Amino acid sequence: MNLTLKVWRQADADSDGKMVDYKVEDVSEGSSFLEMLDILNEQLVETGEEPIAFDHDCREGICGMCSLVINGLPHGPERLTTACQLHMRHFKDGDTITIEPWRAKPFPVVKDLVVDRSTFDDIQQAGGYIGVNTGAVVDANAIPIPKEIADWAMDGAACIGCGACVAACKNASAMLFTAAKVSQLNSLPQGEAEKDRRTLAMVETMDAAGFGNCTNYGECEAVCPKGISLDMISQLNRDYAAAAMRRLVGRAS
Amino acid sequence: MQLNSKIPSGPIENKWDNHKFSIKLVNPANKRKYNILVVGSGLAGASAAASLGELGYNVKCFCYQDSPRRAHSIAAQGGINAAKNYKNDGDSIYRLFYDTVKGGDFRAREANVYRLAQVSNNIIDQCVAQGVPFAREYGGLLDNRSFGGAQVSRTFYARGQTGQQLLLGAYSALNRQLAAGTVQMYNRHEMLDLVVEDGHAVGIITRNMVNGQIDRWAADAVLLATGGYSNVYFLSTNAAGCNVTAAYRAHKRGAGFANPCYTQIHPTCIPVHGTQQSKLTLMSESLRNDGRVWVPKSKEIAQKLRNDELHPSQVAEEDRDYYLERKYPSFGNLAPRDISSRSAKEACDDDRGIAHNEGGNGVYLDFADSIKRLGQDKIAERYGNLFDMYERITGQDAYTTPMQIFPALHYTMGGLWVDYNLMTSIPGCFALGEANFSDHGANRLGASALMQGLADGYFVIPYTIGDYLAGDVGLASAGRSHTDTPEFDEVENQLREKNAKLLSINGKRSGRSFHQQLGKIMWEYAGMERNETGLNKALKLIPELREEFYNNLKVPGSDGELNQELERAGRVADFLEFGELLCRDALDRKESCGGHFRSESQTEDGEAVRDDENFCNASVWEYTGDDSAPVKHTEQLEFENVKLAIRSYK
Amino acid sequence: MNPIVALISSSLGKKYLMAISGLLLSLFVLGHLVGNLQIFADPYFINSYAYKLHNLPYGLLWVIRFGLLAVVAVHVWTSIVLTLENRKARPQSYDKDATAEASLSSRTMRVSGIIVLLFLIFHLAHYTVKNVPGHEYGKAIQIKDVTYEAKVPLKLPESKGGAVLKTPTGEDKYGYDVHTMMIAGFSHLWITGIYLVAVFLLCNHLSHGVSSMFQSLGMRNSGSRKSLDLFARIYGIGLFLGYSSIPVAVLLGIIKVQGIPA
Repeated sequence: MNLTLKVWRQADADSDGKMVDYKVEDVSEGSSFLEMLDILNEQLVETGEEPIAFDHDCREGICGMCSLVINGLPHGPERLTTACQLHMRHFKDGDTITIEPWRAKPFPVVKDLVVDRSTFDDIQQAGGYIGVNTGAVVDANAIPIPKEIADWAMDGAACIGCGACVAACKNASAMLFTAAKVSQLNSLPQGEAEKDRRTLAMVETMDAAGFGNCTNYGECEAVCPKGISLDMISQLNRDYAAAAMRRLVGRAS
Repeated sequence: MQLNSKIPSGPIENKWDNHKFSIKLVNPANKRKYNILVVGSGLAGASAAASLGELGYNVKCFCYQDSPRRAHSIAAQGGINAAKNYKNDGDSIYRLFYDTVKGGDFRAREANVYRLAQVSNNIIDQCVAQGVPFAREYGGLLDNRSFGGAQVSRTFYARGQTGQQLLLGAYSALNRQLAAGTVQMYNRHEMLDLVVEDGHAVGIITRNMVNGQIDRWAADAVLLATGGYSNVYFLSTNAAGCNVTAAYRAHKRGAGFANPCYTQIHPTCIPVHGTQQSKLTLMSESLRNDGRVWVPKSKEIAQKLRNDELHPSQVAEEDRDYYLERKYPSFGNLAPRDISSRSAKEACDDDRGIAHNEGGNGVYLDFADSIKRLGQDKIAERYGNLFDMYERITGQDAYTTPMQIFPALHYTMGGLWVDYNLMTSIPGCFALGEANFSDHGANRLGASALMQGLADGYFVIPYTIGDYLAGDVGLASAGRSHTDTPEFDEVENQLREKNAKLLSINGKRSGRSFHQQLGKIMWEYAGMERNETGLNKALKLIPELREEFYNNLKVPGSDGELNQELERAGRVADFLEFGELLCRDALDRKESCGGHFRSESQTEDGEAVRDDENFCNASVWEYTGDDSAPVKHTEQLEFENVKLAIRSYK
Repeated sequence: MNPIVALISSSLGKKYLMAISGLLLSLFVLGHLVGNLQIFADPYFINSYAYKLHNLPYGLLWVIRFGLLAVVAVHVWTSIVLTLENRKARPQSYDKDATAEASLSSRTMRVSGIIVLLFLIFHLAHYTVKNVPGHEYGKAIQIKDVTYEAKVPLKLPESKGGAVLKTPTGEDKYGYDVHTMMIAGFSHLWITGIYLVAVFLLCNHLSHGVSSMFQSLGMRNSGSRKSLDLFARIYGIGLFLGYSSIPVAVLLGIIKVQGIPA
């Protein structure tokens, strides 16, 4: 199939960018979206033009590196699918496809379609862990955890940290990401001791990074390639309220 | 090259304890005086950086991704083994040790494997304490599943995303140290070379992938946790960015490279589609529990299937060849990875492959019988997510049309040679996880890679590094940080020259196209089945390709910016040298063992034949210069506890 | 940082303020509707209801008025802060924008909110501050060519039970003729038009807001989400039907003037 691409080109973080049109020909329906970009890039290299920079790595939907807004939707039109697993059969010959980077102040563009998502790492470093040193632990089966709780924790832990939630949110809010991590650790008995500290610190780090506010649009859930539910945000809303109240009376954990 | 494996004396059960007691320690207050560099942030790298940070060392950790959480350990699906014996089915440390040695076709180092089995239990405890949400039973206790190559249920798992969860656990431990300031993280930094002074590793040089800046980093020890080299085949289940550069550069600076020909080919991947493909996707091995593998008996039917003139369900039962069931009646469709892979290749080489690609390379994995027997709901319950993934990639519904699968490169058992302390033959340079020549011998069992990565990082290196730091480095010279030495100058100049050269060739072909071509050569001549003629051919073709690479490569852009073509060109340049080393090793090892199958060394009915007399060893290659052949050294493998035996799955 | 300041200035703190003020306001509009619907009964009911509200003991009327104003202020202030912050969080918008899931009402909260706020100002000016020219109450009520008394006795006809509000000295109480006044208001088509549009937008606002506030307070999950969304929609539509029934009934002549001509 032959396609027209409208792609955001930006030389580096300090330059202005613009949309540039490209033609790409002879794309196989079985190719993935990123392979289609590979083909275009190869054409560009051979003609001496600078190829389009985009982030990618595992190409099997788990590393969370790919970050393309395709026709206005992060990761493109297919639900529960990352851009690397999106295949060209979902497009038609002659289509015009718009490709842009994640857009959010805390995700500045590095080059073309590559953005800097280190604010996600900052949020995690603020409390996305359980304070346990290597070796200083009890037997794995010493703490029974109800299956439902373990499953719920796993639902949150499935987040791949790609940032599609932020890219899709009309407010560029990072609530779904933060909530997924907080909910995983807060719901497990191992995470109980640091619950309030974690919740307060992670939310406040998220705010300080300049993400927008959650206004319950639900776009994040709809584009999340791992189907992380708004229920995670619901839990964070509860946990933060409780933690903030306990902090008011000086009893936060 | 001196290869002192430093295997402790004494009975195998006591070696690790004895060793921990006898090696030198760094006093807690002195640990902060030592600087350590960790390259890579996968299971091995992240767990090592976190654990060393907890101990108080000054750690710097580097990764080429934009976050340490993205290392390719994240893609492991199945699970992680541990000898917990929670199922009361007779598992033990010794049994895990035995299975691993046997699974590796008796080409691993016994003492290392035993230690791996010993610490396997600590890993599970550690991960649970970190909040890794392993699968649980209703009683709240951990669940286990069975995996290939074992007769006990010892695999812990987190849905089909065990690697992801373990990595996120290690990443969380790393985050805690980053917050505490004991570890500094450098994302989007690619290690380009190792710096050696007076025979000791003293630092690395990295390229900042955002602005092209070349940085020098000095330290008292360097840990390479940089993964495997499957991408030398271009198409593999590895991430696009996985590369051999760090390990190969260390090799060129003096580290022995062990058993590069030990590669693992996974039988159940989605076949290649067209010529534009960039990566192969693994489908969990568990599918073979209920799927039947077949190809048509006749070439004509295969041809019709390839041309879509026939639907697979229209092929009559008597026209189908369930070749695994036919050849290995007792194991059937669950035959081990290497054997299943080779059988698929045989069928396709016989022109009976059914995939719509060049060579028809693909076989059916058919669930029709299981659906008839158990109902579609049951199959959906067991494998629903895999069927969904298959449909996402191929656009086909595996409930009504048999899946197509074909083997693909998945894991590499070879790697940098290390002693019992995980130190390479360059003092001060350590290799962890898939980057070392490891505990897996010539073949790795399922669910053991995660175990090894975490064992190395959490429970081995934190102890063994002290021996080097307290002994070789010593307190007086602890805390190396100066990089204004002639050695650093020299390495940096070489790197700058190399990048300048890649940018100046100004030819016609992209780095990707060279990589693709190298991959084809490797797959054709050093893939699932190898022989002398083919390997010699590869050894001729690769230098030719390398020559063309340096004459006809095109890298647009400059060095001082984010330049993905330059990154790729540097990696492909190293693959183009490393591929040759791999073929050389494969040619030298005339026996068949594990993942290395030499067609000259097989029984009449096509089974692998090991040559214990000549090859019960690890081949360790020493680099001697760009224009001279590498020199082979061997480490003899002593089997004091497990008796050498023939693996049979008939 | 002071923990209260930290809470209010956090993104979640603002979310809670939005939800709690929204909850109070959505309860208020329901209560207000119930009061207004008395117009379908004898004028006595709505007139005496208005009288009682205006004569609540201990100055409660002003407490309620300022309370409501404060709640509106919090709701508006929070939405302004949120809007500004959210704009700042996405300095560069998408060349091509698409929506996967968010409902129309959720995406138009800002517009519907602003229009409802403007209407609220008009509405207060109209009936509370009484300074929309020609529509003041407290003065004689003008409908077409007829002028009616501003105040009427708060008394039910004998045929309907004859209930009556009396002063402490035993005389019949007089109160404003709210019943006639409302009819007078809705006799102007332009007022009815503004009113219908505003009420429609308010209800659209609520059909996202009522479910959203449960989410914000952490009281919604995927099990209850559908039911709450439906409830919010019904709440919105119900209020719209209730509020719009009054001008429609006036225009159709179902509610008739019963005031005392001056």
